[in-house]
Amino acid sequence: MSGLQLEESAGFDRHTIDYIQRAAASGLYEIRGLGAKRRVPNFDDLLFLAASLSRYPLEGYRERCATKTVLGTRFASKPIELAIPITVAGMSFGALSARVKDALGRAATELGTSTTTGDGGMTTEERAASKLLVYQCLPSRYGFNPDDVRRADAIEIVIGQGAKPGGGGMLLGQKVNPRVARMRTLPEGVDQRSASRHPDWTGPDDLVIKIKELREITDWEKPIYVKVGATRVFNDVKLAVHAGADVIVVDGMQGGTAATQTVFIENVGIPTLAALRQAVDALDDLNMRGTVQLVISGGIRSGADVAKALAMGADAVAIGQGVLVALGCNSATYVTAGTPHSAVDDYARLGTAPGFCHHCHTGKCPVGVTTQDPELELRLEPETGARRLRNYFKTINMELTTIARACGKQDVHHLEKEDLVALTVESAAMAGVPLAGTSWIPGQGVS
Amino acid sequence: MANLKPIPERQFDLAHDSLRQLNLYLHKTAVGDGIKQIHVRNPDGAHSIAVGLDAPLDVHVHGHVGYYAAGMNSHASVTIHGNAGPGVGENMMSGRVHVKGFASTAAGASAHGGLLVIDGDASLRCGISLKGADIVVGGSVGSFSAFMAQAGRMVVCGDAEDALGDSLYEAVIYVRGKVRSLGADARFEPMTDTDRATVKRLLVEAGRDEDPSAFKRIASAKSLYHWHADANQEY
Repeated sequence: MSGLQLEESAGFDRHTIDYIQRAAASGLYEIRGLGAKRRVPNFDDLLFLAASLSRYPLEGYRERCATKTVLGTRFASKPIELAIPITVAGMSFGALSARVKDALGRAATELGTSTTTGDGGMTTEERAASKLLVYQCLPSRYGFNPDDVRRADAIEIVIGQGAKPGGGGMLLGQKVNPRVARMRTLPEGVDQRSASRHPDWTGPDDLVIKIKELREITDWEKPIYVKVGATRVFNDVKLAVHAGADVIVVDGMQGGTAATQTVFIENVGIPTLAALRQAVDALDDLNMRGTVQLVISGGIRSGADVAKALAMGADAVAIGQGVLVALGCNSATYVTAGTPHSAVDDYARLGTAPGFCHHCHTGKCPVGVTTQDPELELRLEPETGARRLRNYFKTINMELTTIARACGKQDVHHLEKEDLVALTVESAAMAGVPLAGTSWIPGQGVS
Repeated sequence: MANLKPIPERQFDLAHDSLRQLNLYLHKTAVGDGIKQIHVRNPDGAHSIAVGLDAPLDVHVHGHVGYYAAGMNSHASVTIHGNAGPGVGENMMSGRVHVKGFASTAAGASAHGGLLVIDGDASLRCGISLKGADIVVGGSVGSFSAFMAQAGRMVVCGDAEDALGDSLYEAVIYVRGKVRSLGADARFEPMTDTDRATVKRLLVEAGRDEDPSAFKRIASAKSLYHWHADANQEY
């Protein structure tokens, strides 16, 4: 057989053929977990200009580089003080097991940072383990109640999520076990479809009033965050500021999900890099930088990503998928009682392999992270998970301060856009920084 | 000798007192002061009156209120002697909220428990995302009422507009008048003796005397409970 006979079509490649044939066989769109897999311009496309003759560096191992971060200083009488600008993004009990939520809380508490609830309410384990817990108010309002509002350290009104801006959550029936069902007031085993719109307000003017209601309920003590999925970020951030948010969370399209239509994950929203620049532009336009804090999320993985996000103007980052990977997501093994066990066969039963898995929606997570199965969830021991997450966050925080020191900053929040250049025209345009070796910022002319 | 007993009533006049003073008092002071009944005068459509209450207080608001009156209520009884804006009694957990006039959109949205009574009509999306509370509406309800309602009961003494009970879960709706249209997955079901007893009890609790046998029952057909190809995009 000659090579020409095996020539693959660019338009109808094997992936596309598989997609069409699967759709034809099932009549259903694909649902999966995690975030966008397509390549989009991201923080890898930026580089730092560290100190040299024109800038003065700090000693990498000796001189102090502050990481303290305060969120919610605009109106709340009790802002959140974080030891590091790295937080755990909102992920639901339901998507994750109670043991995982426990692990996240323990690690965050040890590191002096915050965790966040998700679509499904606050678990007792999570509250007990987390010194600083952000309580999400989502369109579904599953499990949302005033006692937990009062027990929370901050409230996050979720307008949208980077993986599916404009869409509601999903939790397929295999994960709606008795506890999850009870917390969400749903029938056990139902394929849950969360609302995409809040039930009691419909637009930015209403949101002003909704935020004031929450402030009245919490006696103006707790910071109110507003989280948006990255689409029309410049306008959305301005509207959120107008609505009275203390903190704005912008979630780019690389952000993960427990279950969403693939077509949504890969085709809706804009990259985190572009979203961050638009959000910062909006705050600058309103002269609100420093008054309203900005948290960026969606595909943040490393200390370099954090440093670049801060340099572009974020006050903090929130990490979801990276946290799950730290716990063992997509690992070939899981560890119980100090002993590693292979999970490869379990990946194979899902039709996948370590490194490729996105089957959170099935509830059959081979490493016990995104599951409600009573046996599978035992594969993640809270202490082990907490230790791994602590190590991960400590590592990326050290990477962050390493870069900051090299740039001559005594505080990671002193990193600035002037410290950055871009490797590609696309990333230069999206991030609003010069193409490396030039002073050219696409769309802004030559200075 | 001076009477040291606490005054059983407390008056707030929102023409002079601030909303913050009112809510702070209701949250932090009323119980300690032994106050059981609070009267609020001149609400003048203010938003977030008596929100987040967490004690068995008896609050009377004399006039019309704006958004979210008695939002997230627990234990308290809040009576609005007037009309209510959007989201009255939203996310209430227990207690009783009674609107003597009409209610705007999203009355009782996502309410988990307690009883919401609206003597007049309720607008769009009454009982949206209901999670276990009971709602009795003396008049009619607007379109998309009980949208995605998960648990609880809604009794409508008048008519219902379009798409009633769209994407219902386990909540049950009883309507005495006409239903313009049902939403996806909602259907009429036969009234049983249990249904009639339930409606009668809720009507009595709401201070009403309609005949329970005149009501129709609407509940979920449950065809959207599980994801499948023949749902005609109704997801």
